[in-house]
Amino acid sequence: MIAVQQAVPIPDPLSVPANAPEHCPGTDSELAGKADACAGCANQEICASGVTRGPDPALPLVRERMSTVKRKILVLSGKGGVGKSTFTAQLGWAFAADETLQTGIMDVDICGPSIPTIFGIASEQVHASSSGWSPVYVQDNLGVMSVGFMLPSSKDAVMWRGPKKNGLISQFLKDVDWGALDYLIIDTPPGTSDEHLSIVTYLKESGIDGAVVITTPQEVALQDVRREIDFCRKVGIPVIGLVENMSGFVCPNCKNESQIFKPSTGGGRRLAQDMGVDFLGAVPLDPRIGKSADYGVSFLDEYPDSPASTAYLDIIDRIRQKLGD
Amino acid sequence: MASPEDTPVGRRLQHVKHIIIVCSGKGGVGKSSVSTQLALSLRAASPTTRVGILDVDLTGPSIPRMLGLDGHSVHQSSDGWVPVYADGSEARLACMSVGFLLKRKEDSVVWRGPKKNAMIRQFLSDVRWGELDYLVIDTPPGTSDEHLSLVEHMAPVHSRISTVIVTTPQAVALLDAMKCLSFTRATNLPVLGLIENMSGYVCPCCGEISNVFSIGGGEEMARREGLQFLGSLPVDTELVSLLDAVEPADEEFDVMLAEGGSRHSFRLLERYDKTPTAPLFRAIVEKAVAALPAPEGQE
Repeated sequence: MIAVQQAVPIPDPLSVPANAPEHCPGTDSELAGKADACAGCANQEICASGVTRGPDPALPLVRERMSTVKRKILVLSGKGGVGKSTFTAQLGWAFAADETLQTGIMDVDICGPSIPTIFGIASEQVHASSSGWSPVYVQDNLGVMSVGFMLPSSKDAVMWRGPKKNGLISQFLKDVDWGALDYLIIDTPPGTSDEHLSIVTYLKESGIDGAVVITTPQEVALQDVRREIDFCRKVGIPVIGLVENMSGFVCPNCKNESQIFKPSTGGGRRLAQDMGVDFLGAVPLDPRIGKSADYGVSFLDEYPDSPASTAYLDIIDRIRQKLGD
Repeated sequence: MASPEDTPVGRRLQHVKHIIIVCSGKGGVGKSSVSTQLALSLRAASPTTRVGILDVDLTGPSIPRMLGLDGHSVHQSSDGWVPVYADGSEARLACMSVGFLLKRKEDSVVWRGPKKNAMIRQFLSDVRWGELDYLVIDTPPGTSDEHLSLVEHMAPVHSRISTVIVTTPQAVALLDAMKCLSFTRATNLPVLGLIENMSGYVCPCCGEISNVFSIGGGEEMARREGLQFLGSLPVDTELVSLLDAVEPADEEFDVMLAEGGSRHSFRLLERYDKTPTAPLFRAIVEKAVAALPAPEGQE
């Protein structure tokens, strides 16, 4: 009755390189280059020599770029399709509504970038200059970077394994000419894997101000979100709070509210309580949100009187408060 | 091409007639729910059909919850891992997921590619699937490590693999579905067809149909890309609650486990047949099965 064999010393997930063999002990471990798993690894000699216990050479460059960024916020969720990108976009638009603030949005969902479509800039391209890649600007104070701008065709699949994704993320952080930013919002893919580890590794020194975790009310989603919060704790990212999306649907005909995704286990509110994180609010499902995203317009500007807009703005205010801005 | 017996994966999957990969570029469009329904419907097709369901969404496994198998664990036998049977002693619906290997349900699986690759290889080569008519594989969103590993490791049985693409009707999801389609083309996998999920929601109060995530996008895409359109499924709150069902209280659950069966799951099959989606899905499965390539070496 063995459930699964656990490798004896669990390596720090942040120190395992993306192209390591299966049971890599981690480059900064005492066993680096000496463990059984290291036999045959191309990097065995380098690890054994001890230089890898030092920091990644990209780190100082990232730190320099990020030194002019005041707040770095991650938008996370273990589950896909719960509205991470939509929420990121609303957050971006809401911050950018203040003309004195500079906001940047970085989309690290490499296999399924939605941010360009949601902002209505899917056909734009990234330009390289002597100071780095310049982000695509939605408006003067809102810059966006996504792998979606670099693909020859939006139809092509990005079939990349971890190391290549890792490489692109490090470039997004060190080579993009973000300039001075008040907020950098990072939209992530679902799960707890390469992209997430890479972001956390590269931003370890500059520090992440916090993560906003998005969920939908049903248990299948909550399960994944529990794992995501567990991940945040493992790698030491503070959780700003939890947002429950698609919570209730108001029929446009009879105005009665019904639950499409029933909170069978108490929904986001209960999860937040159980895990000891703040519950930031619930956003009802409004078909116009999805439509705005498809057309690339700001939902908050188009339908300011929707209950969903009010909910978004309340949540964004709470995030600002928690960050102390 | 190497003969199927050449690799451990080939040997294990020797007696699996059809392998169906359920994929979609986008997350949360209903891959797992479609996989679950596909497995249930295929199993119900005849009293002897044996179906396996493999969940390769390693960082967010949902299949155990949907089949009501939360909290079960995998047993090791001399002949490999024994999958968890959703229908107890009948043993016609085998299930394998990383969810069965976790100690606590809130544990996160923080793995990079190589480790995921190894896990998938193990799922394919070390699980005692036995003879199966269908192996349904539920995938995570995207077109990355998990997908590449699947295709790589299953190369010896490539001729038996086909895919079903799931999407929701809105443009943002279709964009990712296109990427998924381009993946299947690049890896030379036949597509049985496209399912449009969450297409319309019927208000339980007044019966008004709202297009929560727009409508018709999937059908349109199927036509444009020359794919078979398998059908559209409206949002069915009964199905959502059924697959999301609250697990039985722990003590009760332990007793049930001790009795060696999972009564909860038996009920799942019966109750699934009563949902409004079940008949719609049956039509989808018929179309999909008709499109399957004939198994080699048999009529």
